[in-house]
Amino acid sequence: MDNNIALKVNNVGVRFNMSAEKVDSMKEYAIKLFRRELRYNEFWALKEVSFQVKKGQRVGILGLNGAGKSTLLKVIAGVLKATEGSVTKNGNIVPLLELGAGFDKEYTGAENIYLYGAVLGYSKSFIKEKYNEIVEFSELGDFINVPLKNYSSGMKARLGFSIATVVEPEILILDEVLSVGDAKFRKKSEKKIKDMFDKKITVLFVSHSLAQVRSLCDRAIIIEKGRLVAQGDSETICNLYEQRLNK
Amino acid sequence: MKRIFSNFNKYRYLLGELVKKDIKLKYRNSVLGLLWTLLEPLLTMIVLTIVFTTLMGHDTPNFPVFVLCGRLLYSYFSNGTKLALKSIRRNSAMIRKVYVPKYIYPLASTLSGFVTFMISLSVLVVVAVVQNIKPTWHIFEAIIPMLTLLILTVGTGFILATLGVFFRDTEYLWGVILMLIMYASAIFYNPSKILASNNAWILKYNPLFGIIQNFRNAILGQPMNTKYFLYSATFSVVVLIVGVFMFYKKQDKFVLYI
Repeated sequence: MDNNIALKVNNVGVRFNMSAEKVDSMKEYAIKLFRRELRYNEFWALKEVSFQVKKGQRVGILGLNGAGKSTLLKVIAGVLKATEGSVTKNGNIVPLLELGAGFDKEYTGAENIYLYGAVLGYSKSFIKEKYNEIVEFSELGDFINVPLKNYSSGMKARLGFSIATVVEPEILILDEVLSVGDAKFRKKSEKKIKDMFDKKITVLFVSHSLAQVRSLCDRAIIIEKGRLVAQGDSETICNLYEQRLNK
Repeated sequence: MKRIFSNFNKYRYLLGELVKKDIKLKYRNSVLGLLWTLLEPLLTMIVLTIVFTTLMGHDTPNFPVFVLCGRLLYSYFSNGTKLALKSIRRNSAMIRKVYVPKYIYPLASTLSGFVTFMISLSVLVVVAVVQNIKPTWHIFEAIIPMLTLLILTVGTGFILATLGVFFRDTEYLWGVILMLIMYASAIFYNPSKILASNNAWILKYNPLFGIIQNFRNAILGQPMNTKYFLYSATFSVVVLIVGVFMFYKKQDKFVLYI
């Protein structure tokens, strides 16, 4: 692959089988199979989506709810497998999609740093090295040795954010997580993300705020009903999106 | 193939963390902690010994050790497969949000069960010493049934984990099957009468029976039964291959069902 390209999404399609009723026991399955009642409604959440992201580009992804933005991010992050097409990545991806998805509530904050770090694919030595930095950034103090079930949701989010952003990613995926915790921490986290942006990393950014996309991104794409309908520089695309909204 | 190995290498640390987590959390917040692993088989052994030596007389030499061997091995198989069955659903929050190779979950469940099993073996050592059983060099052969059991449990775990995602009643069905397997594994009775009868197949076709018998032989200083070994080892390897294949074929669909 061309070295200048960070991400290549090639003709990606994702199909969901939405069965009219959920069949989740062997008995039902056998009966339905016997009566030939196993029917599925096909639903393409994404279809024929192709685009390329060059290294250092910041791409805003625009679209209404249910357009397929999250599905697209999940395919890029590797959580969902595309039914057709392929995604090629050049560099390590840090998805700031769901902070703390690997947390265990019985574990203390400290133990969760190692667990969540492992989930994100970090090595043990790396986490050890960065441990203090994570604790410091999360501002949890003595709470770090308390089981997570006693944390407030803001504290969990702070810890999740601190662990996920401790690496310097080559590709960053953001799904409207620019607001974490209280006003003070929010400022800090926004600054951290800004710093990452300034380091010329590649960014995929989903947002409903056109102002944010205009100020942060240099390119943008619009997704509508699972199809990529427009791509170009962010100013043009944002204007186009506004026009389509007002129609 | 190379990609799979480098991927495994990357997530080996996560596998270790998950195994550690299972074991740590199982006993945290309980007063006796890890002691439960030792106490539970010991208590069942005592009760089973009292009941069955009274019922059947002393027809089995070293009955406490005999029962304990069977029970420990069966418990591992039963707990390990049950944990693996639920592993995908239990970790659904993670699977839906971050990419982690999915085989990590059932594998971690069966491996953490194996660690607990190894710890619980210390009860067997104590009981064997109390019963004055002299170890012979056959004791080293115990590693063979233990490894066979590990392969069988991991393989069954993969099959059940896959089925468990699509069918919620797998759990209940497996509970029933496990009970049948328990009665057909000669855990708390002497198998010789059944083996001599027309119903010998109920034991002979059960790989767990062969594994348990060979483990007992090793502990009690008897030579290994080659026929049992060959059958159970072949059975286990086939189960593992089927399990890995099933899991591999269906894993991309898991996220749509959990």
